Amino acid sequence: MDALKLFTDVFGAAFFFALGFVFLWWVAMPPLFIPWMRSDREAWERWGSWSTLLLAGVVAMYYGVRYFIQLPSWLSGDLLLVGGLGGVTFLLVRAASSERWERALRRFRGDRLGLAALSVVCLYIFVGALETFRLPMGEFGAEKSLLDLIVQKIPNERSYSAPLASKLLNDTSAEPTPLNSNFHLLGTEQLGKDVFVETLKGCRTALILGGLTSAIYIPLGALMGLLGGYFRKWVDDLVQYLYSVLASVPEILLLVSIMFVQGQNRNLLGMSIALGVTGWVGLCRLVRGETMRQSERTYVTAARSIGQSHWQIMMRHLLPNVMHLVLINFVLGFSSIVLTEAVLSYLGVGCPVGTASWGLMIDSGRSELSRDPVVWWNLTAAAVALFGLVLALNLLGDSLRRAFDPKRS
Amino acid sequence: MPLLDIRQLAIHFHTESGVVEAVKGINLTLEKGETLAIVGESGSGKSVTGMALTRLLPEPPTKYASGEIIFDGKDVLKMRADDLRKLRGGRIAYVFQEPSTSLNPVFTIRNQIAEAIRLHRPEVKNLDAEIVKHLELVGIKDAAARLHSYPHQLSGGMQQRVMIAMALSCQPDLLVADEPTTALDVTIQAQIMDQFRELRRTLDMAIILITHNFGIIDGFADKVAVMFRGRIVEHGSTREVLTNPQHPYTKALIQCIPRLGAHQKRLITIDHAALDALERK
Repeated sequence: MDALKLFTDVFGAAFFFALGFVFLWWVAMPPLFIPWMRSDREAWERWGSWSTLLLAGVVAMYYGVRYFIQLPSWLSGDLLLVGGLGGVTFLLVRAASSERWERALRRFRGDRLGLAALSVVCLYIFVGALETFRLPMGEFGAEKSLLDLIVQKIPNERSYSAPLASKLLNDTSAEPTPLNSNFHLLGTEQLGKDVFVETLKGCRTALILGGLTSAIYIPLGALMGLLGGYFRKWVDDLVQYLYSVLASVPEILLLVSIMFVQGQNRNLLGMSIALGVTGWVGLCRLVRGETMRQSERTYVTAARSIGQSHWQIMMRHLLPNVMHLVLINFVLGFSSIVLTEAVLSYLGVGCPVGTASWGLMIDSGRSELSRDPVVWWNLTAAAVALFGLVLALNLLGDSLRRAFDPKRS
Repeated sequence: MPLLDIRQLAIHFHTESGVVEAVKGINLTLEKGETLAIVGESGSGKSVTGMALTRLLPEPPTKYASGEIIFDGKDVLKMRADDLRKLRGGRIAYVFQEPSTSLNPVFTIRNQIAEAIRLHRPEVKNLDAEIVKHLELVGIKDAAARLHSYPHQLSGGMQQRVMIAMALSCQPDLLVADEPTTALDVTIQAQIMDQFRELRRTLDMAIILITHNFGIIDGFADKVAVMFRGRIVEHGSTREVLTNPQHPYTKALIQCIPRLGAHQKRLITIDHAALDALERK
């Protein structure tokens, strides 16, 4: 059984890394390199659909196997990550096949700042992926992430130590006890864990939480806004009623109660759902207003006059025209999601105990700042990591918006 | 059997401040390949009539109070939603007044015309060739190079040509042009009207031209219907109506056409008070 588990895990991890790259480069991209496919757009689109189905099938098989040999925690992080990867790939493939996206891609390739931002985001994703894949290689078969394996040479201390210090923070004796390690790049925290490693581990939490929450609230908010803004009348009344109710309840109260309902079973997925179903109001309002404005324009009547259905008009005509709001909302919302996680964790209903998260680090930093001598590295590391991610996402969002803007040729 | 037969059509808008009777029981017929101009001022109900042909007006507030619109033997007002969608574009296509907002700003023109063709003529294999064919039909030179332009890269006249190409690409039986030249400047207006004349000669397609300008219909429309305050006050062959108008409103409208060389101090306007009195009689 252990051998089997090891096999599925190693196989799974290797397979998905490989698949991710293969997918991005060989499924989304070949039409860019194979001339006959580039000229035949229909073939390109078929290629995208089939390969996405193939990926879905392989994922289903992998999880089928894992489920039937009854591994604990089969709904673990990698499902989320692979799901996200699959989703992004699907979008990319569909995307690269349309003329509009191909043009944007070409334009994006010339945008150095955008490419730099993209590589920073990819770096974060890479670190998050390292933390996600777990192998049963610890003591007594405990699972260890790839990141754990990489940093296992870095020992824990007994408590706080400053960045690059050679002794514990409170060790004021004439001959201080040497640390277990020569130095810690960003010091250690209260329990003696290396802050740099913790920060890296926090990537996964932030990305999964931010990505998954966005994956829930953006379609929800955009769809509700589109429905309300396009159909008006009772549909709009219903949408308005829903979001007014949600908006009138203090958000944190709602969040806490949703988290409480999940009790001890709560995980990142549950938290994303809680953040997602409470967070769509702002986006919905924006999209609804812009949809109302756009649907007054003649092109919507023109689309109806050539016989397009309501759904086609909403998805193919209105959505692209309100997409800039969605993009901006996603980027701005990302950091607030990570910070809300900190609040929830502080109230004791956030991440499961033992999860490394920037939110928790920032939160514990509050009390650490009032110590003497002050412990600043914990807070700073998490804040800088978060800042870097949000800045990169911001720049990326900006570049994408520019690349998709038809007015810039 | 006429292609289009409108009988006693009345259209009401139910607004918060009461019921507005936009169209008050009109009758119109149109044969295959025939050209009809509906002339009238703003608010006379001419655009509403045009939009009603495929029920494009939002319901509510719009209510089709009475009458029927028989297109090719079927009553449009009793059609189910998916039959209506096949009718729109596939059999009756529109060209609207404002070319700059009629095209979706985020899509290339190829994309938008392709969408129309895919919807109504799924059997077309070579989309690009078909699109180029229709763009050339409406007088766009170098159409292949224009395929991947966005609407904002085209001039108003070009945009309107693209709209016409889009309407034609589904090969409709009836083209409704709702003030297609109003938003364009005069020279472009003339070009677009020439284009319509050309199309009328080459394609076997009925056209309804909705306009407020009597000046542009001469030599284009077979028949003309003059609409005034929701009613058709005069209906007949274009020549007849232009040379021998019966209704005072029609006379007034024809007088309003400014003529080069006619030494008028002021432009002639329509005396609504007199028409009010006439209506009360």
